[in-house]
Amino acid sequence: MITIDKVTVGYGTAGFIKAVDGVSLSIGDNEIVGIAGETGSGKSTLMRAVYGDFSTGLRIKDGTITGRFVDQKNGQVIEAPSSRFHRLWWDQMSYIPQGSMSVLNPLMKIEAQVVDGLPKRERGGSRADLRRRIADFLAGFGLEETVLDAYPHQLSGGMRQRVLVAIAAFVNPRLILADEPTTALDVVVQKKILLMMVEIQRRLRNTLVLVSHDLGVHYQITDRLVIMYKGQIVETGPTAEIFANPQHDYTRNLIAALPRLHGKRSVDRVGEAP
Amino acid sequence: MRSFFAHAPFRLYLGIVLIAACIILGGILPWFAPGDPLVWYSAPRNQSPSAAHWLGTTSLGQDVFWLLTYALRNSLLLGLVVAGFSTIIGVFLGLAAGYAGGWLDRVLSFFMDALLCIPSLPILILMAALFGGQLAMPIIAVALIVFNWPYPARQVRAVALTMREREFINVAWFSGESSVRILVRHIFPYIAGWSAANFINTVLVGISTESALAVIGLSSAQQATLGTMIYWAINYQALLAGKYVWIGSPVIAIVLLFIGLFLVSSGLSMRSAARRMSV
Amino acid sequence: MHLLRFIVGRLVVYALVIVFALTVLFFVPRLGPTDPVEAMLAKVSSQGAYMDAAQVDALRRSLADTFGLNGSLLEQYWAFIKRIVFTGDFGPSLSMYPTPVMELIWNALPWTFGLLLTSTLIAWVLGNFVGLLSGWRPNANSSRIMEGIAICLYPIPYYILALVLSILFSYVWRIFPLTTTIRGAPWSWELVSSIVWNSFLPAMSIVIVVFGWWVISVKAQTSALKEEEFARYARLKGLGDGRILTRYILPNALLPQITFLALQIGLMFNGSLITEILFDYPGLGLLIYTAVLQGDFNLLMGTISLSVIAVATATMIIDLIYPLLDPRIRHR
Ligand SMILES: Nc1ncnc2c1ncn2[C@@H]1O[C@H](COP(=O)(O)OP(=O)(O)OP(=O)(O)O)[C@@H](O)[C@H]1O
Ligand SMILES: [Mg+2]
Repeated sequence: MITIDKVTVGYGTAGFIKAVDGVSLSIGDNEIVGIAGETGSGKSTLMRAVYGDFSTGLRIKDGTITGRFVDQKNGQVIEAPSSRFHRLWWDQMSYIPQGSMSVLNPLMKIEAQVVDGLPKRERGGSRADLRRRIADFLAGFGLEETVLDAYPHQLSGGMRQRVLVAIAAFVNPRLILADEPTTALDVVVQKKILLMMVEIQRRLRNTLVLVSHDLGVHYQITDRLVIMYKGQIVETGPTAEIFANPQHDYTRNLIAALPRLHGKRSVDRVGEAP
Repeated sequence: MRSFFAHAPFRLYLGIVLIAACIILGGILPWFAPGDPLVWYSAPRNQSPSAAHWLGTTSLGQDVFWLLTYALRNSLLLGLVVAGFSTIIGVFLGLAAGYAGGWLDRVLSFFMDALLCIPSLPILILMAALFGGQLAMPIIAVALIVFNWPYPARQVRAVALTMREREFINVAWFSGESSVRILVRHIFPYIAGWSAANFINTVLVGISTESALAVIGLSSAQQATLGTMIYWAINYQALLAGKYVWIGSPVIAIVLLFIGLFLVSSGLSMRSAARRMSV
Repeated sequence: MHLLRFIVGRLVVYALVIVFALTVLFFVPRLGPTDPVEAMLAKVSSQGAYMDAAQVDALRRSLADTFGLNGSLLEQYWAFIKRIVFTGDFGPSLSMYPTPVMELIWNALPWTFGLLLTSTLIAWVLGNFVGLLSGWRPNANSSRIMEGIAICLYPIPYYILALVLSILFSYVWRIFPLTTTIRGAPWSWELVSSIVWNSFLPAMSIVIVVFGWWVISVKAQTSALKEEEFARYARLKGLGDGRILTRYILPNALLPQITFLALQIGLMFNGSLITEILFDYPGLGLLIYTAVLQGDFNLLMGTISLSVIAVATATMIIDLIYPLLDPRIRHR
């Protein structure tokens, strides 16, 4: 679905501050890919580059990011570099930005914000019909129907985050890029949202890319894990394998820092770390 | 000085140049005037611009150029006095309201709101009409101060309110700094930029209001100001006589002065916004 | 409930502000170094009217009466408030005797209102449009030029601009009339066109300045708002520029303008007074000016009180509207 080929990404119009350094990765259909890494390692930057959002002054200096999407309706195949993805936004792909506090328009009700930007195929039926479907969808995230008529400031941070996840998922896209969608949530709600996202992914058989610096989250839901460190991918593979047999020091430390998993500390398996 | 210009946008420079020109014209040149240009028939009447009378003369026999420098001086002086006192009073009362809170805040806030609701010009016109048809400059100045201190006060009060909650103020507080020191060291630098912008705005409002009064002949006729110059020009049919320099020079002076003042005040607030972002 | 309490609170403040304003109006004549009665007498006699001692005395008494200078200060104060608040009666005009002051004011008000309202409305719409577009691309040449023009227009006082416009368009090029003369039968096309024709320059002097202001402030707001996260998110949703501007940026830019309008109404009113006088435009400003020139105290007190009350009321109404429009305050 997405092929990232030795891509170097950074910021700045005059100078160039490197944030992602020669990364290659391919993201397939029907899978959940996790991206982990410490803060500032370039996770969000990579996501923006994949989504094709160049508004922050982001630049792809080297390498290519290409996508291959199949239009569900007419079966037409679209192949394009990420700089052309904007035509696919909120249709083939959707995005959950990091930090949910001011992402929603303060003067617009939640219902309108869900509807705004929806592709035609998802708008079918009467307004009441659409509202019904949105309400049912939100219920899956533990949000009541009253949320639809609320303004963002009336919701808690966690509720807003759930709304953002729901907005992105309701689009029914082939690819969802989620940048730390559960950071503001307590563990119980977090688990609920993650399960919801997995369920949606399994049902739609689309692709979910999930950024989180919390390895526990990845352990719970991702099929494949990518570990980033200082702008580079230092390790990638099936999640279970990485947890069982981490190769890179950084990954080992990350796993070591996790609380107990299944009764035994993963650090036991690593043995003597230097 | 270097740091002053660190975040200075272009418009600040341009404004400073314009104001500097006005200050030279109104603050320095009047000292070199050959005589009191206000005196009638101190020059030949109705002259066109010439080497002897750069901007010509009025039909009352006054030299327009020197009259203009005097007018500019008086207008600037009035504006500075009004703005100075309004800003000092406003900052002081605003800090008091925001910092003390309670009933003092309520009373002061009421006066700020009330005075902001009342248009100043009608009151000034009323005063002028009742006090013999013209208002002396000091009275205008006092009235303008009364009407203009609420603007800085409101802003400073809002700043003081948020500052009370700020971390570093609390730190200073708990580390035993006195309130006065906290004010001087932590709060004043913070509001200085906004107050400067406000000060300049008030200069503008002060000059503008006096000129408004003057244009309809209700300001002091004993003093030349930009407004009274316009008034005399209109009254003596400068327009019908085609003496556009007479009426045009104070108009252009006002326009340039005001654009300069506005450029500086908006440049200053842009600069303090930029500085806050970069911290 | 929260909202109701807010509204009641504002209304109380409004009543207090009006009382405060009236108190100021009451004390101004008493503050001055000169006795207004004597000043008025001097004015009347300087205008060449010859009066013998008895007539002067009678006039002095009747003036003291209209000034409300009879009785103790407290009695005077109460009588003054009562007259304005409860009867709205300012007595007959002295210069256009015996037409009641209120009637003159009612005739003038529509002119002032019409002038201010139409011109600020036009300026507001145009200014928002241009400001929004130039804020969307703040660094484009056209945006910078627009802002430059606005910066040169906004700081100019209305009456200066009025002067410049009348110099240019009435003296140099004789396109528009020098002073206002309205003619035509009521509701006739001639009347309407004569009103528009005569109001054009006074209105333009207000439109241009107010337009300049909106361009400056809306541009600044727009260029800040479009960097806000919600605007970026709207873009990531694939929404078009037009939709982002109208649904995301414009509403957020419009809200703070309301508060600003409340602060500016007084200044705008001040400016329009002088503009009216300069153009002989038959509104409140000209009426005030006539009152000053004629020494018509009743008319003066009436027009000034009414202007003060009108501006305070307008400010308060706008202040009240704001929370009704902002959901962050409406639903708390
Ligand atoms: N808009 C920007 N302009 C310039 N530099 C940026 C910008 N956004 C990020 N950077 C830089 O790029 C690098 C990577 O940032 P990025 O946001 O991708 O990290 P991250 O892995 O998402 O971190 P976190 O876990 O904290 O979200 C950092 O050094 C950061 O300073
Ligand atoms: Mg990030």
